Amino acid sequence: MADAVFRRGRDGKAYLAGFEPSPDGSPWWVRKLRITNVRVVSQAFFFGLFVFLLWTTWFSRLGGYPVSLFLELDPLVGVATAIATHTVYKWLWRGLFVLIPTLLLGRVFCNWMCPYGTLHQFVGWLFDIRANRDSIDANRYRPLFQAKYYILVVMLVMAAFGSLQIGLLDPICLLVRSFAVAFEPASDLATRGLGEALASRGVDADLSAALFAPGASHHRIFAGAWFVGAMIVVLLGMNLVIPRFFCRVLCPLGAFLGVLSRFAPWRIERDLTKCTDCDLCLKRCEGASDPQAALRKSECFVCFNCIDDCPEDALTFARAPVTVKPWIVGKVGDVKARVATLFGKPIISEVWDTEVAAPDLPRRRVIFAALFGVLAYPFVRLSKAVNDRGFSPKAIRPPGSVAEPEFLERCIKCDACIHVCPTNVLQPSTLEQGGFEGVWTPVMDFAVGFCQLNCTLCSEVCPTGAIQKTSLERKLGVGEYQAHGPIRVGTAFFDQGRCLPWAMQTPCVVCEEVCPVTPKAIGAYEETITRWDGQTVTLDKPYVRPELCIGCGICEHECPVLDSAAVYVTAIGETRSEERSLLLDRPKSV
Amino acid sequence: MAERGDPEHRVGTPVDARAQSRRRFLRQAGVIASVSAAAGWAALAPPGLPFSLRDPDGERGKPARHAVSLRKGGFAVPASAVAAGLGVARGDRIDAMVRAAVDGIGGIGRFIANGDRVLVKPNVAFERVAALGATTNPEVLVALIRLVREAGAAEVRVVDNPIEAAEACFERSGVRAAAIEAGARVYLPSPSDFDVLHTPGAQLIENWSFFHRPFVGVDKVIGVAPVKDHNLCQASMTTKNWYGLLGGRRNQFHQDIHGIITDLARMLRPTFVVLDGTRVLWRSGPTGGSLADVRPGRTLVASTDSLAADAFGWDDLLARDPGARPAYLAKAAAAGLGNPDWHAVAVKETLVG
Repeated sequence: MADAVFRRGRDGKAYLAGFEPSPDGSPWWVRKLRITNVRVVSQAFFFGLFVFLLWTTWFSRLGGYPVSLFLELDPLVGVATAIATHTVYKWLWRGLFVLIPTLLLGRVFCNWMCPYGTLHQFVGWLFDIRANRDSIDANRYRPLFQAKYYILVVMLVMAAFGSLQIGLLDPICLLVRSFAVAFEPASDLATRGLGEALASRGVDADLSAALFAPGASHHRIFAGAWFVGAMIVVLLGMNLVIPRFFCRVLCPLGAFLGVLSRFAPWRIERDLTKCTDCDLCLKRCEGASDPQAALRKSECFVCFNCIDDCPEDALTFARAPVTVKPWIVGKVGDVKARVATLFGKPIISEVWDTEVAAPDLPRRRVIFAALFGVLAYPFVRLSKAVNDRGFSPKAIRPPGSVAEPEFLERCIKCDACIHVCPTNVLQPSTLEQGGFEGVWTPVMDFAVGFCQLNCTLCSEVCPTGAIQKTSLERKLGVGEYQAHGPIRVGTAFFDQGRCLPWAMQTPCVVCEEVCPVTPKAIGAYEETITRWDGQTVTLDKPYVRPELCIGCGICEHECPVLDSAAVYVTAIGETRSEERSLLLDRPKSV
Repeated sequence: MAERGDPEHRVGTPVDARAQSRRRFLRQAGVIASVSAAAGWAALAPPGLPFSLRDPDGERGKPARHAVSLRKGGFAVPASAVAAGLGVARGDRIDAMVRAAVDGIGGIGRFIANGDRVLVKPNVAFERVAALGATTNPEVLVALIRLVREAGAAEVRVVDNPIEAAEACFERSGVRAAAIEAGARVYLPSPSDFDVLHTPGAQLIENWSFFHRPFVGVDKVIGVAPVKDHNLCQASMTTKNWYGLLGGRRNQFHQDIHGIITDLARMLRPTFVVLDGTRVLWRSGPTGGSLADVRPGRTLVASTDSLAADAFGWDDLLARDPGARPAYLAKAAAAGLGNPDWHAVAVKETLVG
């Protein structure tokens, strides 16, 4: 028994099994300190940080944490919004922290930082049933892996026209969205079940306060949660078919970093004199970057598994030889004999054919992708939903949103705003409200929640300024914004055919009670009638004062006519757009 | 043992092959018989027998609704022969006013025993700063919780189910900070905290979703509500305050607002209530939102009868016509739930500097 736990080292002392010194006398941690283990620690750290920042993105936990950090670090978000808007918003310069290392070291982001990549690698590892030989074959490069570059081209071309679609597939946007719309509501349900089970055993565990959504008396629900959930589950499942399927085939951020990595001076180097062509380097190759042949730099995730797995020590991570013009080479030494050096590295006159620096893309296909983007733009933009003529009455954007065309240049569909919204009013748009361009962008659904008067959290977390950072003074139109008046997101209307006092001789006016502006934007005509059964009742018949209504929708949310409220808000009258205004007499929009 | 496809298995000896096939036959027959019997039992055995799933009319499959009840007789303490019916304190020093008001009705020692678990229900319905008068004044709450703790309470719970976003309401109103500062625990509603509460005799909420979790193990209940104008029921004070303990489709209650407030008086018999008249939201209620809607009231009222406290608030603090009091007061009085005629009970009024 003791032998299994303790082991005797060469020095005769007993060690906990696994912690004895190596045969060469170095301590155990030197043995464990492989670069691939450091990488796993880095991945765990960044994944943990990602989840922690999501967890803090909630009313009672906000404490100055950079909750949108990963979205800001994503250089594709910065570059694509810069292409669309010609500006770099707020913290998006943080993308340089990923962009510059990629220029130097290649796609280190993909296998050291990206939480979505980590998730894919973890799922692939956990459910891997392949034999060695199959693993090697599964990790060979396939032409299918070009797809991500074409996706990137289409998206960037559309961005140049002003339609930002990277968020559909950008891994950080996709993961934030999946957590916000699918995982966390699921975790709420699990928490409730667990909490009730514990409560029935007499344990007073406030699990909902510790986990994702404390203080909500209803479970959060989201339009199309099933699709967002199904999408991430299917993408994770594809790892069983092709390892790192999403990263290799679909990821537009990976493609972008792949293009950048062609200039990286450091990359995996194979010593041809040592290599026996055993292909074992492919066994755990994450990027399918052909380390056994001509390295595809743009595909390599710099995971270092190949260096770990090489039985001949033929692979290293090293600076590439310096290439210079032949006439210079002739002056510094004999290139053929590889004795000419500069800063300690050999100088050669041409790039070795042992590496493929740029993504391997047939030019005609790239042109096809670009043309696809050129055509896609008019197709989506000429759809009715996103235009000032024919927009959906339910396309109600959160307060602080910029006008619709600029909104579509900026919104990356990450749904961070939807995640932080304390009332659940923000919902991922479906085709119905926002058209194809607007899918998963935030819209307000007052059947589910309402816009909390003194809340501007969505504008705080938005990384791209689609919802511009908005102070409370500005939202309410007080202080220096007095002249502009409050931000309106829409206007309330009564359906007198469904309203209890108007249509059914029944007192109500919950709408007037909850109207949060002062003076109230809902008033009532008092009328005493003789009811159908002869009773005398006094009814308050409500009406809207449109100059005062800000469209917060709490009237619609609290209306007892639940399924199709008798008072409802539509987008008309929103201050973000002159084109969508309602009243002649209105303050200037900010 | 020989594998399938193994030559040895294919050839085998005839006797072994027969023996094995007999064993296999018995095993298969056993499995088939027991699965059939189990499935048959579950589907056909009469309801009530163990493992029966039989549901001939579809009623068995519906979820069971277990109703909970609050303690019989409510949370009131025995009546006192000497204490006044209303304790009124006027002034600006809130600490002293809370104490004076409660002293008026017999002192905190009459209500709180050593080791009691006390639930305090402020009105945190809206996300408003305290100065706007739409929510309970946090200074009053702090003073009240301290008083209760001084009297020996083991635990104080501060509870409300606001209309607007719960965390935001507790934060903005200052109630959360006040409760924590005074050493109380805040209960925010979550979906699993609600049970169906059975209130015998109630017209509208005989069985209704109720914020029950914080009530588990509670000995005393104190309501502390601001004085507010209300668009539909004219005024919202200590009796309507219990509305914040309801869940479910409570927006239907405006169809019979005085009926529901009467039911609330029936549902919860508090230890005592405090009417927070430090500010008066005299118009644009119950939400307010402008300092112009608020005037200073400089008054706190303690009573074991929320109807008396509310009537005092209407007459004295809102300064409205005593002949036109909200209908729920008469309705609840007729049901024997209290006496709004505060002139008829002893009032102990104290002026605190």
